[in-house]
Amino acid sequence: MKALPDDFLGRIAFIIEKYGENLLKGAGTTLIIALVGTIIGCLIGFVVGVIQATPINKSDNIFKRIFLRIINIILTVYVEVFRGTPMMVQAMFIFYGSAILFNIHMDMWVAAYFIVSINTGAYMAETVRGGILSISEGQTEGAKAIGMTHVQTMVYVIIPQAIRNIMPQIGNNLIINIKDTCVLSCIGVVELFFVSKTVSGAYYTVFETYTITMVMYLCMTVFFSKLLRIIESKLNGPKDYSLSTTDTLAYTSGMLKYPKKEVV
Amino acid sequence: MQEKMIEIKHLRKSYGNNEVLKDINFSVKKGDVTCIIGSSGSGKSTLLRCINLLETPFEGEILYKNQNVLEMKNISSYRAKVGMVFQNFNLFENMNVLKNCTIGLTKVLKEDKEQAKKESLYYLEKVGMLPYINARPRQLSGGQKQRVAIARALAMKPDVLLFDEPTSALDPQMVGEVLNVIKNLAKEGFTMIIVTHEMAFARDVSNHVVYMNNGIICEEGTPDEIFKNPKKEETKNFLERFINI
Ligand SMILES: Nc1ncnc2c1ncn2[C@@H]1O[C@H](COP(=O)(O)OP(=O)(O)OP(=O)(O)O)[C@@H](O)[C@H]1O
Ligand SMILES: [Mg+2]
Repeated sequence: MKALPDDFLGRIAFIIEKYGENLLKGAGTTLIIALVGTIIGCLIGFVVGVIQATPINKSDNIFKRIFLRIINIILTVYVEVFRGTPMMVQAMFIFYGSAILFNIHMDMWVAAYFIVSINTGAYMAETVRGGILSISEGQTEGAKAIGMTHVQTMVYVIIPQAIRNIMPQIGNNLIINIKDTCVLSCIGVVELFFVSKTVSGAYYTVFETYTITMVMYLCMTVFFSKLLRIIESKLNGPKDYSLSTTDTLAYTSGMLKYPKKEVV
Repeated sequence: MQEKMIEIKHLRKSYGNNEVLKDINFSVKKGDVTCIIGSSGSGKSTLLRCINLLETPFEGEILYKNQNVLEMKNISSYRAKVGMVFQNFNLFENMNVLKNCTIGLTKVLKEDKEQAKKESLYYLEKVGMLPYINARPRQLSGGQKQRVAIARALAMKPDVLLFDEPTSALDPQMVGEVLNVIKNLAKEGFTMIIVTHEMAFARDVSNHVVYMNNGIICEEGTPDEIFKNPKKEETKNFLERFINI
């Protein structure tokens, strides 16, 4: 077996050579949990946020109103509980707690995805609700005025604008998740932090190992924040528009008769 | 006798204990261009918004082709028949000009894409916005936005068009372009109800003028009756403020 070199850089090279693959695998796990968790979390957040932003009309029938109120109370409790407790505590509580209390032996992976998703969902719910409420009333009225239903208004007009507005928050959540999946090591998920702990323990190279780990985390977060910027500017649509030319003019001229008004 | 398009009977609306509309009665026949004038806060917008149910009236009836719209099950399909043009345009910010017009056709009227595009282009040409179909609303001037908003409403082929102060948010040099579009629509026989502060325009374009004051219809009649020989003191006082007419 090769001996551990004396100099710092040499030791880093040594660790990379010997454990690089494990570290990369750990990083892969981190990424996949963060990505899947963020995506599912966003979906949860959208559903919860849209429901919470639905106005309860006095004109709706009583059952619908009671139903909506009950749903709203449940969702509020969900958001408060998961936003108001640390993810690490939730992980212990859900993973070990469910085994002791209900004798449910959750698969570690299921637990990992579940915890990150449900957590992100709680944060995103508030963000989505805010994003929807921030779209001016005029957009809703414009949609209603051409006969769109509430659902159509949401799907075609409000949510696309809300998504654009909350893209920075979605990005933020992804970055946070990339970092915070490290708490899942407490339930035994072999992600980047877990691997780093093992590697640093093998040769007592805490400083060297964690230098590598730091760089790896940083690479992942920087990469995704740049990627999200690009997506954001794509969502903004083109900066300029081209005046349409004679093509479209020819397209209309004479091709369409003035629609006759119905005679009733 | 011409068919009644919209008829309003004993309409009342309050916000809390502020009674904004007090027993409004009037009717609009097919082909009528009705202008609603009156000072700020007299309830003009509220009346217009009640007609397409953006506000729920408190009491009274709104008849659309003799059907009470307050009892209708499907409000959306009624709204599709009653176009509305807002003071602040309310164009969909996430869509370009063309999409703003086609979205109602494809999603509400369920037309196929090609047909929707053809029709939208036709109406955009009508308001002189054809060159701008790829632009986003925020890239347009106020007058251009309002013309797109008119095309969007027209594309739905509504039976009645409601305008709530369509030029009040515009710079003076853009007012004309929008008023001209509306004048042309009047010539083509569209049924319209227009809330406006442009008295000369109201006089030229309409065949029916309604003067509102404090939530009631104070006086109504032909443009000549209202602008040349107002009978009520309130109407005279209101019109005196507009000198150039
Ligand atoms: N959502 C609301 N809540 C409470 N009061 C309202 C609301 N909307 C309008 N009002 C009140 O109703 C009255 C009539 O308002 P409305 O907007 O219909 O007037 P208007 O004639 O359109 O005035 P303007 O010429 O300034 O547009 C005003 O006193 C206003 O304060
Ligand atoms: Mg008004």
